[in-house]
Amino acid sequence: MMAGLVLDGLLALLVLAVAAWTIGVCQTFAATVGFTVYGLLLAVVWMRLAAPDAALTEAAIGALTGVLLLRAAIQLAPSEAGLNRLRPALKLRLLAGTLAFAITATLAAVVFHLPEPAPTLVPQVTAQQASTGLGNAVTAVLLAFRAIDTLLEAVVLIFALVAVWSLAPDAAWGGIPGAQIKGGSGDVRAYLSRLLPPVGIVIAFYIFWVGADFPGGKFQAGTLLAAMGLLATMAGLIQPPPVASRGLRWALVLGTLVFLALGLAGMPLAGAFLAYPEGWAKPLILLIEAASMLSIGVTLGLLVIGYPAGQAEQ
Amino acid sequence: MTTSGGPLLVAALLLPLAAMLAAFVLGRAQAPRVVACALPVGLLLALAILADLLCSGEALVYLLGAWQPPLGIALRADGLSAAMLLTTTVVLGVVAWFAWGDFAQPANAPEARQPLMFWVLLPAVWLALNTVFLANDLFTLYVALELLTFAAVPLVCLEGRPETLRAALRYLLFALLGSVLYLLGAVLLYGVYGTLDIAQLSTRVHPGVATWAAAVLMTVGLLAKTALFPLHLWLPPAHAGAPAAASAMLSALVVKGSFFLVIRLWLDVLPGEMMLEAGQWLAGLGAAAILVGNLVALRQRRLKLLIAYSTVAQIGYLFLMFPLAAGLVGMGLSDAPAVTGGLLQAVSHATAKAAMFMAAGLIYSTLGHDRIEDLQGVAQQLPMTVLAFALGGVALVGLPPSGGFMAKWLLLSAALTTGQWWWAAVMVIGGLMTASYVFSVVVRTIVAVDPEKMPKMAVPRYREASVLALAIFSFLLGCVALLPFEVVQVGRLGSVLP
Repeated sequence: MMAGLVLDGLLALLVLAVAAWTIGVCQTFAATVGFTVYGLLLAVVWMRLAAPDAALTEAAIGALTGVLLLRAAIQLAPSEAGLNRLRPALKLRLLAGTLAFAITATLAAVVFHLPEPAPTLVPQVTAQQASTGLGNAVTAVLLAFRAIDTLLEAVVLIFALVAVWSLAPDAAWGGIPGAQIKGGSGDVRAYLSRLLPPVGIVIAFYIFWVGADFPGGKFQAGTLLAAMGLLATMAGLIQPPPVASRGLRWALVLGTLVFLALGLAGMPLAGAFLAYPEGWAKPLILLIEAASMLSIGVTLGLLVIGYPAGQAEQ
Repeated sequence: MTTSGGPLLVAALLLPLAAMLAAFVLGRAQAPRVVACALPVGLLLALAILADLLCSGEALVYLLGAWQPPLGIALRADGLSAAMLLTTTVVLGVVAWFAWGDFAQPANAPEARQPLMFWVLLPAVWLALNTVFLANDLFTLYVALELLTFAAVPLVCLEGRPETLRAALRYLLFALLGSVLYLLGAVLLYGVYGTLDIAQLSTRVHPGVATWAAAVLMTVGLLAKTALFPLHLWLPPAHAGAPAAASAMLSALVVKGSFFLVIRLWLDVLPGEMMLEAGQWLAGLGAAAILVGNLVALRQRRLKLLIAYSTVAQIGYLFLMFPLAAGLVGMGLSDAPAVTGGLLQAVSHATAKAAMFMAAGLIYSTLGHDRIEDLQGVAQQLPMTVLAFALGGVALVGLPPSGGFMAKWLLLSAALTTGQWWWAAVMVIGGLMTASYVFSVVVRTIVAVDPEKMPKMAVPRYREASVLALAIFSFLLGCVALLPFEVVQVGRLGSVLP
C-alpha cells in the first residue's frame, strides 16, 4: 500500500516534470523527445489505474505520433533559427498559459464536486457481457454496446488519411506516397527489418486474438502491423503501393465494409442494425476485428508515410 | 424504444457513408457519379423522416444493436433534426450540381487530385452532419464533430496555395481546441450523471458546480467551431480562400453543425434555469458578432471576404434565440417562436449564403477577380447570378417574403414580448448595415458598360441556374410560416410547453 503510494507520487512528479520540460525546452527536436517520453509515462499511469487497454492504446499512439513528430522536427531543424523568430509574442504566450492554467484549475476544483461513489455502468456491462460471449469488457463496449462509435472512429481515420493525401502536389497525385528510400542490403536497418517483422506480425495477431477476452484488440495490433510495415519500408525492402491503386483503397476501407455488412445483416437476423444473432456475437466480432486490424494497420502506416511528394522534393 | 420510422435514421447515416467509401475506392470519373446518385436518395430519405415525424407527432428513435441507453446508443430525430437534415441535403445537392463542371475528372488521363478530394469530401461532410443531427449520445456527437473537422479542413486548402494552407492550419487548431473542450465537458457530465444519453440527461441534469463547468467548457469549445465572436478569427481567411463550392459548404453547413450542438446542449441537456442566466451572455456575444462582423464586412474590398465577414455577423443572429426562449418560458409561454426563429435563421442563412458564395465564384471565374469596385457590367454578363446574389442578400437583410424575414420577425416579436428590447435594437441595426453592403455590391454590378470591354469568358447556364434555384428557395422560405404545423416542436425533449 505504502510502496504503491510512493511509486504513484514519484510517477506523478515525473509526468509533471517531463511535461514542464517539454513546454520549456527551446529546440523542437528536444521537445519532441520529451513529448514521446511523456506519452510512455502516461501509459504507465494507465497501468497504475488498472486500465491496461488504455495503456496499450496510449503506448501505441504515443509511439506513432513520436515517429511523426520526430520526422517533422528533423525536417524543421535547418530552418529552426528562422522559426524561432516567428515565435508568438510574450503577451500571446502568457494568454495561452493563463487559459490552460484556468482550465486545469477548474477541472481540479470540479473533481472535488463529483458524486461519491462515482455513478458507473460497470454492473450493467457485467450483466450484459455474457450475452456477447466476450471475456474483455472493453471489447464488449467497443464492438457491441457502443459499436457505432467504433465504426465511425474507423471512418475518422480514413478521413484523416484523405486529409493528408489532399496536401499532395497536383503533379505527384497517383504516385507512390512518401519519399522513396534506396536501401542497401548490408545495412543494419535492412538486417533489423528482416529480423523484426516476422516476430512483430505474430505478436500483432496474438494481441488481436486475445483482445476478445483479455486486454488487447484490433487497434493496438493494427499499430504494431503499421510499425512493422514502416520498418520494412524505411529499409527499402518494400514499397507502398501508389495512392491511385484501387487495391490499396479497398484495403483501407475493408474493415469498415466488413463492419457495415455484418451490422446490416443484424437487421434481419438479430432485429437491429449492429446487433449480433444469438450465439454468433464472438465469432462475428473476431471477424470484424480481423478486417479492422488490417485496415487500421495500412491506414496508420500510410498516415506516417505521408502524401505522394513526387520526384522534385527528394 | 425503436419507433416504426427508426430504420430511416440508420439509412440516413449509411447512405452518405456508403457514398463516401464508394467515391473513395472507385475514384476517377466514378466518384462524382456515386455522389450524384446518392444525393437524390438522401433527399427522399430526409422527406420521409419529416413526413413520419409530422404524421406520428413524435420523435423517431432507433436503438442501435437493440441495446437500451445508457449502455447502448440511440439515434433520435426530432423536428430540429429533420429540418436540418432536409436543409443539408438540399444545399449539398445544389452545391454538387454547381460543382459538376468545376471538379470534373480530365477525360482519358490519370486521376486528378482536386476532383477526387472534392467528391470524397462532399459525402464526408454529409455523413458528419447527419451524425450530428441524429446522434443522441454526447460521445457519439464528439465523434461526429471529429468527422466534421476532418471533412471540412481539407476543403479549405483544396487548391493548395500557401495562404490557404495557413488558413486551414489555423482552422484545424481552433477546431481541435474546440473538440477537446467539448470532450472534457462531456466527460464531466458522465462523471456526475452516469449517462451520455441526451434523453436521459434531460431529466437528470440540475445546476451545480460540475454541471456549470461542463456547460462552460462544452459551450466554449462549440463556439470556437461555430466561429462566434471573438473566436471567429479563423473563419474569414478559411471561407474566403476555399474554392466557391467548398466555401458554400463551409459557410452554409459546417458551422451550423456545431451550432446545432449548442442548441442540443442548452435546450435539451441543461435545465431552463441555467439558460436563463447564460442566455444573456450567449446573445451578448451574438450581438457583438452582428455589429463587428457587419462593420468589418462594410470595409471589405473583395467580394468573397465581404461574404465571409457577413457569415461572422449572421452567426451572431443564431445566438439571440437563447435569452428569448428562456424569457418566454419564464413568462409561462411556449418558447416555440424563439426556437423556430433561431432554426429558420440557420436554414435561411444556409441557403442564402451558399447561393451568394457560388454567385461570387461565378463572378470571379468570369472577371478573373472579385474586387468590389470593379464589378461594373457583371449584371449584363451574368444576369441570373446577380439576381441570385441579390435574392440571397434580401434573405440576409430580412425582407419579406424571405426566410430571413420570418426568422427576424419571430425573434423580434419574442424580444418585445419578453421586454428584451435591446436585442430587437441590435437586430434592426444589423439589418440596416447588411442592407448597405448588399446594395452597394448590387448597385455596382448593374452599372452598364460597353459590351466590347467585358471579358468573353462564358459561364455554363446550368451553373447560373443552380445558384438562382437555391437563392429563390431561400427567398421564398418565409412562406413555411403559412404551413399549418410547427415542425420544431415535434419530439422536443423536456417539458418546455406550459
